[in-house]
Amino acid sequence: MNEISYRQGITQALADELEADERVVLFGEDIGAAGGVFKATDGLQERFGPRRVLDTPISEQAIVGCAIGAAIRGLNPVIEIMFADFAGVCFDQLANELPKYRYMTDGQVSVGVTVRLANGAGGGFGAQHSQSVENWFLNIIGLKIVTPATPGDAYWLLRAAIRDPNPVLYFEHKNLYNTTGPLDEHEPVAIGKAAVVREGSDITLVASQLMRHRALAAAELLAGEGVEAEVIDPRTMIPFDLETVTASVAKTNRLICVQECSQGGSWGATMIAALMAESFELLDAPPIMVGGDETPIPYSGELEAAWLPSAERIAEAARRTLAY
Amino acid sequence: MPATEVGAKTDFGLRCFERMLLIRGVEDEVQRMFAQGLVRGTTHLCQGQEASSVGVCAALREGDTMTCTYRGHGAVLAMGAQADEVFGEIMGKAKGLCGGKGGSMHLTDVRIGAYGSFAIVGAHLPIAVGLSFASRYLGDDAVSVCFFGDGTTNIGAFHEALNLASLWKTPTVFVCENNRYGEYSPQSLTTPVERLADRAASYDMPGVVVDGNDVFAVHATAGEAVERARSGEGPTLIESLTYRQVGHSRSDPAKYRPEGELDEWLARDPILLLERALVELGVAEDELAERRAKVAEEVAGALARAKSWPDPEPETRFQNIWT
Repeated sequence: MNEISYRQGITQALADELEADERVVLFGEDIGAAGGVFKATDGLQERFGPRRVLDTPISEQAIVGCAIGAAIRGLNPVIEIMFADFAGVCFDQLANELPKYRYMTDGQVSVGVTVRLANGAGGGFGAQHSQSVENWFLNIIGLKIVTPATPGDAYWLLRAAIRDPNPVLYFEHKNLYNTTGPLDEHEPVAIGKAAVVREGSDITLVASQLMRHRALAAAELLAGEGVEAEVIDPRTMIPFDLETVTASVAKTNRLICVQECSQGGSWGATMIAALMAESFELLDAPPIMVGGDETPIPYSGELEAAWLPSAERIAEAARRTLAY
Repeated sequence: MPATEVGAKTDFGLRCFERMLLIRGVEDEVQRMFAQGLVRGTTHLCQGQEASSVGVCAALREGDTMTCTYRGHGAVLAMGAQADEVFGEIMGKAKGLCGGKGGSMHLTDVRIGAYGSFAIVGAHLPIAVGLSFASRYLGDDAVSVCFFGDGTTNIGAFHEALNLASLWKTPTVFVCENNRYGEYSPQSLTTPVERLADRAASYDMPGVVVDGNDVFAVHATAGEAVERARSGEGPTLIESLTYRQVGHSRSDPAKYRPEGELDEWLARDPILLLERALVELGVAEDELAERRAKVAEEVAGALARAKSWPDPEPETRFQNIWT
């Protein structure tokens, strides 16, 4: 089986779409000659030329706005916001322009922009370069939000995002770039479809990106104690596949949501609210959210490791739920 | 001036005259509609700035794109939007330009190249760069014109957009309509430089000042910038000096203006100036009066039609979120 890295999955998806569609154009800070600070666009400018893979100034508002204008004229721009946290400096473009342009003009334009953003904690980047930024956009209608956790998902979801005629925020987890997995035998993935990544009958763990892998580790710990956990990766936050989660909870009657971020305004909080409203009777115990602590993300290795949910912390929450 | 030139200038001036009258007529009506409670939220009128938008848009051709601000009724009409559809949108009607989803601040008509009115100061400058980036990428020669106010030159997106446009030599024409007030504050209170066109030097692009109340001057200046953009030489910043004869928005009586200032500018009203120029070119007063009457009738008809249109069906609010 041919293994690729998560980073290679992204690079390959970009290359395949550049190859397939002349309208696809890439731009962002250091993505061309340097191949990107995370090397996710390595070799693409060499292969496709500076007309299609362009370096920009450090100007996030200009990057997003330029992509919007180009998309309206029929191009298919894929842009990079180096660290997802930099969404803060172009929030107007991402929150007010990109998702609302089509609606405010009653469909006169289509804004098929794909925004790639490097997300997540665990790498020692401190409070301004480590956040789970997908949560900032949950309350904005008009954006699709994609959060892959494996090389195969990274590849297929990026291709789906680029082909989607709507704006898509595609979050790449920085601490997954070097993880590996199969691509050749991986089924294509559609936006809006969760994956049941481990089957189990006793408790449901829903987790994305880095936390998906920790939830799987927690499931192994629990298996040693005779508990079979089902692990679900939503893979996309908008649209959210509540159906798959509900079907799992119908079987297990217990739910843990694992996220990197603090709880308020998070996708987990949204998911639990929806599940409680629609399927309250399925639950035998209160759902628990496991997340980062209610602090900014600290720098030191010790502090950050303590801040991030560990497999043991997830397993401990599961034990509490099972004992309820 | 040779007779043919006089003729051409007269014809052009008369076309501009009608378009400027149309804008003035629409804006005066919108002001009244507000008083009658026919318009929701707020609105930003452009009486006094008609020569600026009409002169620039007259320099464009089919396929070119225009973006503007929430004070954009004039620019969208200058591109050729139908007055009834403009009124309709401002009243939130189903047959308005945006089906009642945009309103006064978001008039858009891509059929005629009016790619949007933007309500966040500065937001559309990078988008205008993108529209013209696409021209270069696709190898067509469409030019992107972007209108904004003096206040916009103090927001970050202005800097980012002009910097990128100059770096990539995109065919963009940035038109700063300096109407002397950023919302309620005079330029002197918010901006350390007097000539906003000077800011172009930071981006190694030409910065040109023009009398924004003289439609012939605006047209000539814009024409040069548009040609420069079309031939691949890159963007230009035009500072069009004009005056907002009314307050910032409907809630603003504009009492902060120094005494006499409005009168001085009313004496330089762009429609008045054009009228005088046309008379000098030999147009009879009667003909100008006829054209005034024709446009007034057009405005009244457009308003009556738009008022008769139904409101949107509530279910349409779910449409056109996604492609």
